[in-house]
Amino acid sequence: MKRLLDKKFLEVEDLVKHYPIFSRGILLKKKIGVIHAVDGISFSIKKGETFGLVGESGCGKTTTARTILNLDRPTAGKICLEGNETGKVFNSRNKKEILKLRRKMQYVFQDPYASLDPRMTVADIIIEPFLIHSHIPKEKRLNRLYELLDLVGLEDYHAERYPHEFSGGQRQRICIARALAVEPQLLIADEPVASLDVSVRAQILNLLQGLQQKLQMTYLYISHDLSTVKHICHRVAVMYLGKIVEMAETDELFDSPIHPYTQALLSAIPVPDPETKRSRIILPGEIPSPINPPSGCRFQPRCIYAKKHGCLEVAQELVDIGNGHLVACARAKA
Amino acid sequence: MVKKILKIEQLKTYFYTWAGIVKAVDGVDIDVNEGETLGLVGESGSGKSVTALSIINIVPSPGRIVEGKIIYKGENLLEKTENNLQKIRGREIGYIFQDPATSLNPVFNIASQLMEVIKRHQNVTKKEALEKAIELFRLVEIPDPEIKIWNYPHQLSGGMKQRMAVARALSCQPSLLLADEPTTNLDVTIQAQILQLMKSLKQKLGMSMILITHDMGVVADVADRITVLYAGRVCETAETKTIFYNPKHPYTNALLTAVPSLALRRDKLAVIPGTIPNLIEPPSGCRFHPRCEYAKPICAEKIPTLEEIEPEHFVACHRALEIDIKSPLGVEKAAR
Repeated sequence: MKRLLDKKFLEVEDLVKHYPIFSRGILLKKKIGVIHAVDGISFSIKKGETFGLVGESGCGKTTTARTILNLDRPTAGKICLEGNETGKVFNSRNKKEILKLRRKMQYVFQDPYASLDPRMTVADIIIEPFLIHSHIPKEKRLNRLYELLDLVGLEDYHAERYPHEFSGGQRQRICIARALAVEPQLLIADEPVASLDVSVRAQILNLLQGLQQKLQMTYLYISHDLSTVKHICHRVAVMYLGKIVEMAETDELFDSPIHPYTQALLSAIPVPDPETKRSRIILPGEIPSPINPPSGCRFQPRCIYAKKHGCLEVAQELVDIGNGHLVACARAKA
Repeated sequence: MVKKILKIEQLKTYFYTWAGIVKAVDGVDIDVNEGETLGLVGESGSGKSVTALSIINIVPSPGRIVEGKIIYKGENLLEKTENNLQKIRGREIGYIFQDPATSLNPVFNIASQLMEVIKRHQNVTKKEALEKAIELFRLVEIPDPEIKIWNYPHQLSGGMKQRMAVARALSCQPSLLLADEPTTNLDVTIQAQILQLMKSLKQKLGMSMILITHDMGVVADVADRITVLYAGRVCETAETKTIFYNPKHPYTNALLTAVPSLALRRDKLAVIPGTIPNLIEPPSGCRFHPRCEYAKPICAEKIPTLEEIEPEHFVACHRALEIDIKSPLGVEKAAR
């Protein structure tokens, strides 16, 4: 069992995604720069694990997820699913193979209000993947539909309804059911609870955890909300401006963060306890523009330790400091 | 004796839609002491924002304030004429709207939007108004205020826009600030900056504040007292510590246990079954009873009134004194 768990399921190596920016005009568009959305990140997810990707808006979390699914083609880098490079398949134009690969990975989008077609009933929405992949014989489709609804905690009569008749939490359940329709092994959940109320948030988080145990799925969980990440994830990577700055087991990361950005991020979370003594690290300024990222370490303009260690000139690479705890900071080595 | 700056009594604001009457706020009592921060907590649809909008009487159509009193510094705001209210909005009561991106006018630069408020309420020339606006920008710690003030809203980031919204609300040094989810759309590090800023400004200017939020972490940090709303009614009002350590209303406790916490590791989050009720036909009696684990037949029949069960601790629950509720923090404290 242990060996099975240690097997790498998804590997991402030096993933880069740059978006070009063009000058205005219709005819003579000139490329005037690039947005460094993701700039060389590597990580791997083991089978059956929940891997958290955290960071503030604009740090490249969603872009990472989209490139893994090839919704956006990566600029450079390698993504392997179960040891096979996905880029080769996606570029091969072999439709059958691409569909086969797509069945293994599914995406739950951030906003359940925007990611469901308002003109389709719930049944249409969930049956559509069956039609595309035709992995379920016609006569069994309805049965499977009701099984899926039951799995995510919806009732049979919901199948004939339209998305606008549901609350946010129920819509997110529909999105999850749709993703599960193809029996994926990897589920990418992009801020699945960000737009939901606290009481409903707990329902969805419990549902995701329950499904993982039942179906042995692997999760890539993307969020900016560190308290839900701590609750649901086994391992966490913190991103800042297109790079991973720290990666460790969840408890290790939350108990002893090393990178100054992680420390500030953790101290900034409001704790629901009026008696907690807060020693907040308030970061000056804001995230710099990803068009002209700062030289050297990307966190350097906001870092209180940046004067030493040559942070202004030298970019930092992730270094293992033991226990599978990786940090990209000059101070960690010292 | 603490002076009350604002006292809301039995406020009822209804929305007359084609589908029926939505009772968004249905008999809310709130009071704010001078110099304190009151946290208004509840899920979406609980009537937090509508309460705040009602205070300065800008409830959008088809909504209307049906009943109630809003007594601000001894005067009932609901009896005032529109002209007199204009003098209070912005000058006496400042308002920070929920979404900084949509509450600023995209076709005017920041300077003119700030100066508009200043010129309206203070007898100053254009030049003086501009100086004041720049001074405000300095107060909310925006770098290069002389340059940034000529920017348009789209040129500023979310955090900057929120600072600008804070600056606008503070421009006439109001005695009461209504902040409607001021940090909800912001990243945590920026949220920490804005909360820090609001706390220090409140102290500097000696304001009272109503902070509307659904984030229990934010109120724990900022509020002196908390009022919990559910489906348009007040569930519980007490000091912040009491709410967190010794809540008496089942809904308050349910809210506290549903939040994943960094301090406590739980295998499974507690869940409040069901969803917020439809406010066109709200449940009879106590509005929380269909989702409440302690509900008894009486809860479905009689509307509970807000009663003071301990000094400064008001609860609207029939069974507040019978049931034994333990909040996660209360349990932890007892164990220590």
